[in-house]
Parts: sequence; C-alpha cells; structure tokens
Amino acid sequence: MIDKNDKSKNADALIAELHEFRDEVITKYPKKVAKKRAKSIVLSDGDNPPQIQANVRTIPGIITQRGCTYAGCKGVVLGPTRDIINITHGPIGCGFYSWLTRRNQTKPVDDNDSNFIPYCFSTDMQDSNIVFGGEEKLKQAIREAYELFHPKAIAVFSTCPVGLIGDDVHRVARHMTEEIGNGINIFGFSCEGYRGVSQSAGHHIANNGLFKNLIGRDDEVRGQLKYRVNLLGEYNIGGDAFELERVFEKCGINLLASFSGNSTVQKFENAHTADLNMVMCHRSINYVAEMMETAFGIPWIKVQPIGAHSTAKMLRKIAQYFGEQELIDKVEEVIAEEMIEVQKVLEQARKRTVGKLAMLFVGGSRAHHYQDLFEELGMTTIAAGYEFGHRDDYEGRSVIPTIQIDADSRNIEEITVTQDEIRYRPRKTEEELKALEAEGMEFNEYHGIMKQMEKGTLVIDDLSHYEMDQLIAKYKPDVFCAGIKEKFCVQKMGIPLKQLHNYDVGGPYAGFQGAINFYKDIEMMVGAAIWKEIKAPWESEDYVEATFAY
Amino acid sequence: MRKIAIYGKGGIGKSTTTQNTVAGLAEMGKKVMVVGCDPKADSTRLLLHGLAQKTVLDTLRDEGEDVELDDVMKDGFKNTSCVESGGPEPGVGCAGRGIITSINLLEQLGAYDADKELDYVFYDVLGDVVCGGFAMPIRDGKAQEVYIVCSGEMMAMYAANNICKSIAKFGKVGDVRLGGLICNSRKVDNEANMIQEFAKQLGTQMIHFVPRDNMVQHAEINRKTVIDHAPEHSQADEYRALAKKIDENKLQVIPTPLSMQELEDLLTGFGILN
Repeated sequence: MIDKNDKSKNADALIAELHEFRDEVITKYPKKVAKKRAKSIVLSDGDNPPQIQANVRTIPGIITQRGCTYAGCKGVVLGPTRDIINITHGPIGCGFYSWLTRRNQTKPVDDNDSNFIPYCFSTDMQDSNIVFGGEEKLKQAIREAYELFHPKAIAVFSTCPVGLIGDDVHRVARHMTEEIGNGINIFGFSCEGYRGVSQSAGHHIANNGLFKNLIGRDDEVRGQLKYRVNLLGEYNIGGDAFELERVFEKCGINLLASFSGNSTVQKFENAHTADLNMVMCHRSINYVAEMMETAFGIPWIKVQPIGAHSTAKMLRKIAQYFGEQELIDKVEEVIAEEMIEVQKVLEQARKRTVGKLAMLFVGGSRAHHYQDLFEELGMTTIAAGYEFGHRDDYEGRSVIPTIQIDADSRNIEEITVTQDEIRYRPRKTEEELKALEAEGMEFNEYHGIMKQMEKGTLVIDDLSHYEMDQLIAKYKPDVFCAGIKEKFCVQKMGIPLKQLHNYDVGGPYAGFQGAINFYKDIEMMVGAAIWKEIKAPWESEDYVEATFAY
Repeated sequence: MRKIAIYGKGGIGKSTTTQNTVAGLAEMGKKVMVVGCDPKADSTRLLLHGLAQKTVLDTLRDEGEDVELDDVMKDGFKNTSCVESGGPEPGVGCAGRGIITSINLLEQLGAYDADKELDYVFYDVLGDVVCGGFAMPIRDGKAQEVYIVCSGEMMAMYAANNICKSIAKFGKVGDVRLGGLICNSRKVDNEANMIQEFAKQLGTQMIHFVPRDNMVQHAEINRKTVIDHAPEHSQADEYRALAKKIDENKLQVIPTPLSMQELEDLLTGFGILN
C-alpha cells in the first residue's frame, strides 16, 4: 500500500467519494444490466475483501475489454515460443490479428536456432472449406509448414468456425505426426473463440496442452548453476524476460524456462528438472504450476517482479527457499548494486509523480502488479480491475472452494494429473516446508489484488466503456492503464493512457532496469503539459449565439 | 415469379411430391425451376430421369469462381430447369452454409433473371429446419411461399409445427408466408380430418390430400414422375389437382404454431379416441 506521506489530500478526498460511483453508474443501466453490473463493482476493504462477481458472461453491447478463447490460447500462452510453428486453423483474420500484437520478444541463441515468431501461419479457410470441411486443408498446411521450416513442433489452434463444422484438429495432429515422423511433435487445441466467457478459458486450455504435449519429455539436467527455477506467466512483453534473465544470472540462479516469454520447446520439455516454480501471472498459468507440483513435486510460490522493491522481494524469497548463505549474500549484493541506479532515477521521477492518481484496468494480474510500481512512484491507484480475472485473483486463493463452477467453466476440459512414477521427487521434506512457512514463506498462495489496495478504492471487473467514461469524467486520474481498445478514447478525454498489454513502444518494465524505464515513462506522461491542450479551440472559447435574419 | 419452398419431416415424400407437382405445373405450360437443397442431391432425379446432375457446390469446388449457369442447371421433364445445391458428405463440414453459398451463387449467375421467364421456383429442402442454413430459402426474398408436406403421424406433425415456428419467425420480418399443408397419406386413422383440423389451428389449409398409391413406387423405380410414367393413372390426376390448387392458391398466412400440449391434444382427439 502507498506510503502515507506520498498521498495527496486530493486522493483522500476522492477515495471518500468513490462509494457513490456504483450507485450513480448503475442507475443509468436497464434493470437487468444494473443488477448484474452491481455485483462486479465493489470497494476494497483492506484484509477483508468483499465478494466480487468475476469470470461471468459479458453483457452484450456493453463494450467490453475482453478477448476470446482463441486469443488467450494462441496469442497469450503459446504465441511467445519461438520454435513452435503455430498454425491458426480458420479464416485469415483470426491469424492476422493475433500476430505479434503483444510485442512478445525472443532471442535465438545462434543462427541455427529457429524463430518462427515473425511469421504468421494460417489455413486461410474459405467458404468451400466451411461447407466441405477443412481437415484436408489443415493437413496440407502442416505438410507445407514442415517442408519449408522443419520445425520440432507444430501446434494447431481452432477458431470458431472449426468448432461449428466439427473439424477434428486432434485427429489431424495425430495423423500428421505419423505421416511426417522424424520425431516431430504435432498437437492441437480446441480453443474456439466462443468457448468460455473471455480469453481466460484459452489460458486454461493452453495450460492443459502444455502439460499433455510438452512438459516432462526431456530429463537431461542442463546448466552449471545449482539453483534451478522456472518463471511461469512471464510473456516477455517489451523484453521483460530478458531483464529478469539478466538479474537471475547475476545472482547465480539458473532460470530453466519462462512460460512462455523467450521460450523454446526444449525449455518446456525440460522444465520439470527445476526445484522451484515461481508464478508471475497467476490467472494465466496457475494450472501448470499445480500440475507440475502434483506430477513432479515442484513447489510453487507467487512472485511479482514488477517494481524494484518487488523484484528484490522475489530474489530474497528464492534465496530463502534454497536457504544457502552463498545465495543469500549474492542476492543482497545484487540488490544493493541494482538499487543505486534505481534510487537515483526514482528520486528524480518522484518530483513529478508523488501524489498523482492512477487507474488500472488490464489483464488478470497486471492491474495488480503495476500497483507496486505506482506505489514506488508515490502514486495512488484509486480504481482497478481485471478483464478476465476470476474471484481468486481479486479476493485471494482462499475463496477457491467457494467459487461456483458454472456451465461456461464446465465447457473447458479439466485434466487429471497424477504423480509421475519416475519423475516425482519432493524438492523439500515436509519439515523443511513447515520451517519455511514458519519463517513467513507462502506456498501455493496468492492473496489477490484487493488486499493490496487502499480501503475504499474501487474494484471493477470487466469494466464497461460507459463505466470507464464515468471514471475519467468524475475522478480525472493522471494516468489510465489499459489496452489499445481504450487508448484513444481515453486520450481524447485528456488523460494519458499507458498500454500494459504491449507497453506501447516501451519496456521492459520488469526487474530493476524495467522499473527504471517505467519511472521515466510515467514521469514523462504525468508531467506532460500537452494533455491540457487536448480540447479543440472552440470547446474552451466563449461562443456567440445568433439567429439568421432572412 | 412465385418462389415456393417445400419443407417437411425427413422421408415424408417431399422430393417425390415436389417433382410430381412440378410435372403437373409443367404440363399446364408453366416454366418451373427446381432447386434441390439436400446434400444427397436427389431432388431432381425423377424430372431428369436419373442422377445426371453435377451439384452447384461440387462445380464451385472443381471450377473455382469460374462457374457458368449451364454447368449446374439441366433441363428436365417438359423443359423444367433442375439444379442441385449439393453439399458435404455426411458428418463433415457445414451443409447449411452450403445451401447459403449455393443460392447466392445461383442469384449471381442470374438463374432468377427476368429473361429466364420463370413462373415458379421450387426449393426442396432437407427435413426439418435444423439450423440457420436450412432456413435460407425462407429468409427474406428467397422463398415467399412455403408448403409443408406431412402425414397424420405424430412426428410428421411435430416437424410441421416446428417448421411453422420458423416461418412465423421469418414472416414477421420478411415476406415469407405459409401456403398450406400437403397431406401425403400414410393411411393413419382419420388422417384427412386430423390434418384439416391441424391446418385450421395453424391458421392455414390442407391444400390437398394425396392418397397413398403404389403407382408412385413404380414411377420412382423407373426414375419418373407419375405424370411422366403413367399419365392416365388416377394418381397422376391427384398431382395435377395439387398443382392446380397451388397455382390458384390465394391463402398466404403467417402461421400460429401450436404448443406441445395443443399438438398432443389434437392427436389424442383424432388419433386414439376415435
């Protein structure tokens, strides 16, 4: 939570008013809509988060921020892996508009390393493929992709029409694996856009696929460093993973795999040889973390290396987990060294940022994580929410047993994972885990966004366009964080918008160097005088009324 | 030009009734086009004396965009124009979408243009209206008149009622109307009376009662309509009568579909109690 000294009087006054927001907004909705939206707009209440309605169907016409299941599966989770050929089975638009829009970066190790991210693969279904079925065209696409690129793996993603006409991408994948041979790994995803209520369904489907088709296939223990970890839910937007890789390497920590920023097939296949999983984006990847714990005995902890202090906290947690003095000392040394520049830039930035107000409506984790950075800048987040979060992302994992499973969630395949007879190896004994917990280390735990937010601030799930308009008109934040769909509407209202899906052209924002970049970018945005000039000249001038004389 | 769609439960005799009626109209000197909207592509077999037809969708697939009307339209009995929409093999793709593509292509190719001087277009549609594609012929502007083939059997009436729901839905926003029920007899007890009452409750008429006669089978085996195969037979006159009634029909309504309860009451009233 933000330092008391940093908070402006303005912020206090605004927070005192926020309880009026829900009632004012929902009176403008039709009755049924009002009833539904009222449950998704709540006020945070410190350690006692109220129940929020989340992960339910969007009301048609409300102008949602959400994306589709296909986008979640292909675009978010599998997209950033450089050596899988991701084929979109569907009409061309789905493939094209999910191509590189998130600015996921990747770094091939040498000239022989494959990188298919700059390519866009699609079966380009036409009318006749819909009528007569598209399986043959998909097979042909796989053949062509193999002949041209000889990839290790090919993944096939189903779009809406594929589900409607019943093309079986899994059968095609099996058939083509046999036809091509050569140890190629081909697998399909039933991630039709209409499944589930948002892209969140696609994340779950992708997680199942990662576990079934990739994880645990390569047992070779690689690398010299003995502290072996994975970072789950880090997608290398604007180079975030590069910065975290740098920090880990400097500390002597062996990052085996990021899921899935800057990742490769081999990193996924080998990830089960790690001793600790760290979950960054809880919403999109917690399923894999749990599966890997059940199957291989790897414990997982929640981390949020967004913000310099939060990054330091993550490093200390890793050191605490491994419990070796050598690592503890090294981590402290790195933190001290990195913090010198961080402090210098932060001090400079804070001259313009302290006391300012932010709103964040993005993702299933980002609206939470970026509050750490704003706190460091002395800025108060007065309203936040997710596009596709579930109740546990708001209220913490303790509410999971009370979440009602509805028909939309049942529509998503649930896979049963059992202990791997050969590969299961508890990384810590029961006693060791208990001892770590006694020291304050938390396993399998995420407390959600609400506990971090100031009492009385607004939390809104699946923000509608009207609610966004009203938030801005009433409370005039100094910066609004969302995505491309909101960007220009918000900026036309005179408020700068920072995209936290793709960072506009900026980043990285993770780790220490990332924090420095963010401080500078936000200092620039909230300090810019240009936003006052956004009104057209005639809007701020007096005008003269007259009538025509005939 | 009158555009007519024939619907009804699968196996009720839609294609047979359609072709025999069309033969009757053709005999009267009318210019008729028949568009088969069933992936099986057997809606014009009796008019063409066999399955000589290459379907619209197969042609489209083989020839690409470069399709001529002559490639897909064949002349049948007494100068009727015959078209088969075609579709995927069972269990693959989307037959409904196929019908949409096919009818759009026919329009593009000018199959309905004034120079064809058509008096009638008949759409012979597969079974029930199971999804949007099969409703294509009754959507705005495609077919204006629907006749439902049914019998006194429960499931045939149930299907007819469902089709009426679809006509009621599209009728409100477009110009499609129900012209009547054609009872293709299955020799169910009290059949004609029951269908007449059913029609009345739907707000329409039983336009004709086609008796069951083996001559229809004989003609089918010879790949001909009854009018073509045995023009003197009494069954041929039945189809001529139906053709004449359709030609003179002025009763076009938006039907009022029955509730499940009303339909069951009707069946018990006529079928079991008597």
